[in-house]
Amino acid sequence: MSEPRHPARASAEDPLSEPLLIGKKTDAELAEQLLSPVWTPRSSLGWRVAFGLSALATALLIYGVTVTLTEGIGLWGNNIPVGWAFGIINFVWWIGIGHAGTFISAILLLLEQQWRTSINRFTEAMTLFAVIQAGLFPLLHLGRPWFFYWLIPYPATMQAWPNFRSALPWDAAAVFTYFTVSFLFWYLGLLPDFAKLRDVAPDRARRIAYGIFALGFRGSLEQNRHYRVLYGLLAGLATPLVVSVHSIVSSDFAITLVPGWHSTIFPPFFVAGAIFSGFAMVVTLLVPVRRIFGLSNVITRRHLDNLAKMMLVTAWIVIYSYIIEDFIAWYSGSPYEKYQFFIARPFDAGSRVFWAQQICNILVPQLLWWRWVRTNPIVLFVISILVNVGMWSERFVIIVMSLQRDYLPSQWGDYTPTRVDLSLFVGTMGLFMLLFLAFLRLFPFIPVAEVAELQHELATRKEL
Amino acid sequence: MRTGVLGEFETPEAMVAALVGLRRRGYRRLDAFSPYPVHGAEEAAGMSRSPLPWIVFPFALAGAGVAYLIQWYCNAYDYPLNVGGRPPHSAPAFIPITFEMCVLAAAITGIVAYLALTGLPELWSPVFEVPGFERASIDRFWVGVDVRDPRFERGAVERALAELGASRTGWAAARQTS
Repeated sequence: MSEPRHPARASAEDPLSEPLLIGKKTDAELAEQLLSPVWTPRSSLGWRVAFGLSALATALLIYGVTVTLTEGIGLWGNNIPVGWAFGIINFVWWIGIGHAGTFISAILLLLEQQWRTSINRFTEAMTLFAVIQAGLFPLLHLGRPWFFYWLIPYPATMQAWPNFRSALPWDAAAVFTYFTVSFLFWYLGLLPDFAKLRDVAPDRARRIAYGIFALGFRGSLEQNRHYRVLYGLLAGLATPLVVSVHSIVSSDFAITLVPGWHSTIFPPFFVAGAIFSGFAMVVTLLVPVRRIFGLSNVITRRHLDNLAKMMLVTAWIVIYSYIIEDFIAWYSGSPYEKYQFFIARPFDAGSRVFWAQQICNILVPQLLWWRWVRTNPIVLFVISILVNVGMWSERFVIIVMSLQRDYLPSQWGDYTPTRVDLSLFVGTMGLFMLLFLAFLRLFPFIPVAEVAELQHELATRKEL
Repeated sequence: MRTGVLGEFETPEAMVAALVGLRRRGYRRLDAFSPYPVHGAEEAAGMSRSPLPWIVFPFALAGAGVAYLIQWYCNAYDYPLNVGGRPPHSAPAFIPITFEMCVLAAAITGIVAYLALTGLPELWSPVFEVPGFERASIDRFWVGVDVRDPRFERGAVERALAELGASRTGWAAARQTS
């Protein structure tokens, strides 16, 4: 099926009539189109500007990390009573962003959602790079990061063991597992495409480089037979990680007694928020890439529409959680809970962040009820940025506002981030973008083998 | 497959048909190379389902068991400490790490088992030397008969492949003898 002449009208009749791939190409043409960003000698201007800005922001990260290591975490704004601030906000935010990547690559694979094919490599990379940023914050927050291995139970001369009844070793185990499994899953998916790059590489140096990455993969029956099973298995293993990692992160809060934290709704609430912000980040990255690399035939408006619908669904789970949180605060009868939810957050110090959260997470996603909004890349891009802001604000509200208005009014205090806090935050965004842009140039970011397989499948069913 | 005759086909359907045809002619040691996994190819070549999950399963259980045991040993047996009044052996608190280590062990074993089963990494293979084989990863589908096949006879296999519609055939050799 070729693109309808009036796509808007055609899709208005049947929302699922939008194609997943536009136009039938031969496998060679498809491989040529999807592999060519790796060979193109010069990058586009947009890419180079973005790379330069990301490199500048990464310099801020280097500054932030260096002064934190040489001077200590006293340079950060957190202090009693707000002992956890940017370090944990950014950790939760970044790791949440990763979750949509795993959701797309693993859960949608198991649910046989074909629209994941074009974007799964891309979102897996997003997951990896986001988890790297996330891991940086707790590591630095240790104060003496070079002793991170004290979290591992090894027979030390101190003769003490980590306390596994605390949520912090859970975090370490969850994040390490999440990163490792995501990496293995991503690399396994890349194997067939590395083999393609090896076989079409224009010069010997790159043939050797990609040949080493491909490990000698050649798509033989034996390799494919185990490959398919292992890929499904890793998807099955990554699926519970989407749920477990953020549940464990939420336990950092939920197992304490702080008003605003001590709540059984936290694990599902955090998981929904994670996937919500993650889908927003997918859109933030996807819209410009689709435009810069001219990929509207493999990332169609159907993909945008589906991503937007996922944002809408998860937004409503988050909104539902807000309602339950407020209800429980009222129903508990606890004056501390009631004060936290109904006075401190909306009207006390930092309430602007609270209102930013409310507007970005509750009102803005409602625009996604309109199909015109869901399929308009520019509007969608703006919404996705606002959702990212909203979800960051939510973590700020939960962490900082709960701590600064605790049980004892004599212990209340306010929080302001310092220059080092801000450079670390902006810096991780820079490093994230830097890694992502490098990934776009060095790796096939659309899975060529899988798209070719999908195209063959669609053609067999006469849908293309 | 390292040594044998290879034939090139244009479509995945032709590749599967060739595998079926070769089996009907009595060949048993078949292999095929395709840009993406082709539905039904393994069955056509007479291969069973991959045993990989059964290799991974005991390691996943072991990962979980060892993780729980270490936590119990550290916090309940070797050095019980009263932290916040929680019992030293807090089974619910040990579950998250137990679960994570189960997943981690399964994933790592899966990859290691995959590499072991497929003989990777193996950066060079004799099949790479067959002219035109580089398109096996892009848009061509190759079917091969291994030299160890009891009925293998080079000329006959080449004829069979041509009859089944191969656009060309080639010879892969582990040692450069032919």
